[in-house]
Amino acid sequence: MADPILSVRDLHTYFVADEGVVRAVDGTSFDLHSGRTLGIVGESGCGKSVTAKSILRIVERPGRIVSGQIMLRRQNGSTVDLTTLPTDGRDMRSIRGGEIGLVFQEPMSSLSAFHTIGNQLMEAIRLHTNLSKRAIREQAIELLAMVGIPRPAQRIDSYSFELSGGLRQRVMIAMALAAEPRVLIADEPTTALDVTTQAQILDLIRRLQQERDLAVMLITHDMGVIAEMADDVVVMYLGKEVEKGPVDDIFHAPRHPYTKSLLRSIPSVLAEPRSRLATITGSIPHPFARPGGCPFHPRCPDRHAVCEITVPAEVVIGENHVTACHLYNKVAA
Amino acid sequence: MLTYVLRRLGLAVITVFAITVVTFVILHLPPVDFVTAYAAQVAASGSSISPAEADAMRLAYGLNEPLLVQYWKWLSMVAVGDFGRSFEYGRPVTEVIGDRLWLTILLSLGAIVVTWGLALPIGIYSAVRQYSIGDYIFTFIGFAGLAVPNFLFALIIMYVGLRVFNTSVGGLFSSEFQLAPWSWAKVWDLAGHLPIPMLILALAGTAQLVRIMRANLLDELRRPYVVTARARGLSERRVIMKYPVRAALNPFASTIGYLLPYTVSGSIIISVVLSLPTVGPLLLHSLISQDMLLGSTIILMLGVLTVFGTLLSDLLLMWIDPRIRLGQLK
Repeated sequence: MADPILSVRDLHTYFVADEGVVRAVDGTSFDLHSGRTLGIVGESGCGKSVTAKSILRIVERPGRIVSGQIMLRRQNGSTVDLTTLPTDGRDMRSIRGGEIGLVFQEPMSSLSAFHTIGNQLMEAIRLHTNLSKRAIREQAIELLAMVGIPRPAQRIDSYSFELSGGLRQRVMIAMALAAEPRVLIADEPTTALDVTTQAQILDLIRRLQQERDLAVMLITHDMGVIAEMADDVVVMYLGKEVEKGPVDDIFHAPRHPYTKSLLRSIPSVLAEPRSRLATITGSIPHPFARPGGCPFHPRCPDRHAVCEITVPAEVVIGENHVTACHLYNKVAA
Repeated sequence: MLTYVLRRLGLAVITVFAITVVTFVILHLPPVDFVTAYAAQVAASGSSISPAEADAMRLAYGLNEPLLVQYWKWLSMVAVGDFGRSFEYGRPVTEVIGDRLWLTILLSLGAIVVTWGLALPIGIYSAVRQYSIGDYIFTFIGFAGLAVPNFLFALIIMYVGLRVFNTSVGGLFSSEFQLAPWSWAKVWDLAGHLPIPMLILALAGTAQLVRIMRANLLDELRRPYVVTARARGLSERRVIMKYPVRAALNPFASTIGYLLPYTVSGSIIISVVLSLPTVGPLLLHSLISQDMLLGSTIILMLGVLTVFGTLLSDLLLMWIDPRIRLGQLK
């Protein structure tokens, strides 16, 4: 496989508050490749969104990157570690939007209601090009057409509240791609949308990925979306990656008990009517009361005494397939 | 949009009419009338007026007629711009109010401008740098500003002015200009006297607005559209000034509605303390002496100011908030 365009190494992002430290991202590593989609999956609060914000260096205070590297291969060929750049500096700002685009999870509130969508879209173009006003407007209309917004020349002057959720998310995608970035981070892009719209938005992302050879990082809690979109998958639990590998391995030969539980809890149309949906026992622990040892052990059906004491190391299972679980540690040792 | 404006205008006219009715009724609530109060006042000063004289006065002022008739007479006078004569001063009401009206409006508008000019940047600073030392200092000053009554603050400033700077803070004119006709020198003299009363009047409102601005902006700063604006590569300063501040501006526009009459009526005590030639003290006096026509006129004026202020803030809101302009929010 070619060199990754973005590679995250052992990223730790903590929120330090008076009550204690929340380890939102606690050691994740993954690579993004042009033309491929990396799915990041996990329950709410497992650090998916914070990972995305860490890459763009827009983690809100009191959160900050404690350690780790985020290496980006820039358009000019040089490689830069994003964690070393000043957050509000010129370099980081030209990377935000310019080289990495973000589609955020709430289309309803991700656009300002006080500005027209054109105003915000043209701003995204203006920040990364030197085009004239007229050219920027033309390009904005083209972008709206590209993401499938009907009558883009009129729509450009509408406000976000005049558009449906699906159309708003299309605008968000147009905005994320306005300055032709090579990496697209989509944070739960379809969560707030109904199923038909969801499929359309996913198709759109896939089409644009092919046209532009985008590296896509798709964050979701929906295993169905992962199955449909991802080439590689990272499964996260409480800020840690518990398993990662090619999508086929994850779905057909899952190793970590958490991945298995997630897959079991997908509703199936083939299931017996009125049968109970499998759930994961227990609930996500409070961020300040994180269990010791393996973070998943209180909810794990296969736990052993060792799980409560030591944090499992990552074990290589197959090609590009690793998991962090004591069940496989014995084999490796 | 036009229907919105027209509806607001129609409501404004009806509201002003309702205010005149209430004003008139309230002024007639006390069991004694102006003549009785006046007779008591004269008696207190040693002389007296005979019952015949009192009746003659009542006849002259039309105080014997039914309330409805009095109201109708007053309203038809006001409609053509004649506010009648003040019982107490024996001069036309417009003449008694005279320059006081313009000075009051000048002072009020000045106070509003000072309020906004201070509250907006301080509110933004306090929200963006939440829990910083600066935020704590402004918060402390803000609560002190809310807690300390304005007139006390006025007294303190007068005291300090007299003791430390040896200048009299009261009034809007130096003594030599008090009764002089308008001239450039008098305007200049006024300009020198305005800032301190303006500041005192603005203090409480500023403290309140800073709190509102801070709270609103803190809410807005956490919205997803701020994150997406940052993700576009906008600098932090531009992100904050263009998006969340804009969204948090609504309460500023709505404050004109109450700030306008507040600075007139709420400033009565300050005006008395600082002996400002504004409408406030005049209103107080007319209510004590039951000077009906003077009191009615001032209250009517306050009512019109409130209604006008509300109308102004509605139009301003419509201008800054597209959701209102396009009829998405009621």
